[in-house]
Amino acid sequence: MNIESIIYPIASLGGLGLVFGAGLAYASQKFAVEIDPRALAIRDALPGANCGGCGVPGCDSFAKLVAEGKASVDGCPVGGPDCAKALAEIMGVEVDVKERRVAKVICNGNKEKCKDKFDYHGINDCVAASMVGGGGDKSCNYSCLGFGTCVRACQFDAIEIVDGRIAKIIPEKCTACGKCIEVCPKDVIDMVPYEQSVVITCNNKETGKIVRKKCEVACIACKICVKACPFEAIDFKNNLAFIDYEKCTQCFVCVEKCPTKAIEGDLEKRKKAIIDDDTCIGCTICKKHCPVEAIEGELKGKHKILADKCIGCGVCEAKCPKKSIKMN
Amino acid sequence: MNISSLFVILISAILVNNFVLSRFLGICPFLGVSKQVETAFGMGMAVTFVMAMASIITYLVQILILDNLGIQYMQTIAFILVIASLVQLVEMIIQKTSPTLYQSLGVFLPLITTNCAVLGLTILNISQDFNMIESIFHAIGAAIGFSLAIVLFAAIRERLELAHVPKAFKGFPIALITASLMSLAFLGFAGLV
Repeated sequence: MNIESIIYPIASLGGLGLVFGAGLAYASQKFAVEIDPRALAIRDALPGANCGGCGVPGCDSFAKLVAEGKASVDGCPVGGPDCAKALAEIMGVEVDVKERRVAKVICNGNKEKCKDKFDYHGINDCVAASMVGGGGDKSCNYSCLGFGTCVRACQFDAIEIVDGRIAKIIPEKCTACGKCIEVCPKDVIDMVPYEQSVVITCNNKETGKIVRKKCEVACIACKICVKACPFEAIDFKNNLAFIDYEKCTQCFVCVEKCPTKAIEGDLEKRKKAIIDDDTCIGCTICKKHCPVEAIEGELKGKHKILADKCIGCGVCEAKCPKKSIKMN
Repeated sequence: MNISSLFVILISAILVNNFVLSRFLGICPFLGVSKQVETAFGMGMAVTFVMAMASIITYLVQILILDNLGIQYMQTIAFILVIASLVQLVEMIIQKTSPTLYQSLGVFLPLITTNCAVLGLTILNISQDFNMIESIFHAIGAAIGFSLAIVLFAAIRERLELAHVPKAFKGFPIALITASLMSLAFLGFAGLV
């Protein structure tokens, strides 16, 4: 074996590669296409899941649109506020960061609480199940079927099916891309603010009499919550209560009052007001504004919160001129 | 060498030994980029350019380098090097001149690199002992044949979109059946030369 048989191929192919490489390098200069450098920077700042949640196919297209000024910098629902901020910085614009929202299954009627119409032994899919027997095997036609169509649609593993066949969305993982809302045949998924813990978990739009026969945890349109809400944050439409999240202070009064427990809310999370004795000047403003008379104290005297009455609505905190009330 | 033998090479590459429908080379872009006549035509032009250039350059590479040094066994890798560089060049040109075509060709444009029709053409040129002129005619014939097949196929597929096709056959199944019927039809040219 001679050394030439090794040298020749290496030299010739290496030489070819070198020549072509040089030619291409020249061509790339000659035919260079100007790409907006901001589009590249935006592309890097995006999550890169190519989920289409923004409405255009893929992060690349979205980045291009943003760079051209045709899409809003906060258009990526997955990236959230952080991503919007990063994009705004690249584009040199201001952005008021929207509140983070998450998807929420507005149904609690699992197999025990919501009566069955029949036994379903078909394809394990909500869309298929919803086509059988007039809308699935559950007696409530508005309920979550729990076959996990949304679980399969979710690219972020944020949905799970819990006991009794109800889909549950893990808020920490949800990116509000809206894929689950699109695929759900029952329209039983809604967007709620991330911080909102008081949510009406019923989607049934029938009258109370009918609903009562079907499900234990349904909204029966009794309107007790509307009357109970100190802030007029609850209203009724189509026999269903709905909360105005801007007015809701998360005082949990409706959660306590709802006779069928159709309003979800973790009472453990309820806050209590605390008055700082050092700065309280006894102006009685908080006392006048408290919706549940949980504050006592005379004019010019120190005020006190009655912890068992306080519902943690935060009204007094907002009204106190001396900022001496804290929520805890 | 006379004119008629060149003509025979040309016609046989276009019709009789059509690269797609008789030799079954380059099936990937044939199925992938044949949904619209316009895109198919663009693909055909890109492949034509690459084929023509590749046949010239690979011929030179074969004669001047591989045969001279006696390293014919490096043929495949050397040819792929040539083709890949050419495709890069075409990609740059198309991106500059026609962004729309660049978008619609998508991934199939860089995939011309691995398009076996191009590599097949260059290797056939050598194995059939074509000289430079014959290689060029063979390349042009092959490219026209490829473009013809893909444009015809795209035209049929455009009409298939509107046709009433049984659900199970919609999309690729009916496209494959169409391709096979076209291949059968091209068999009719056998014996022409």
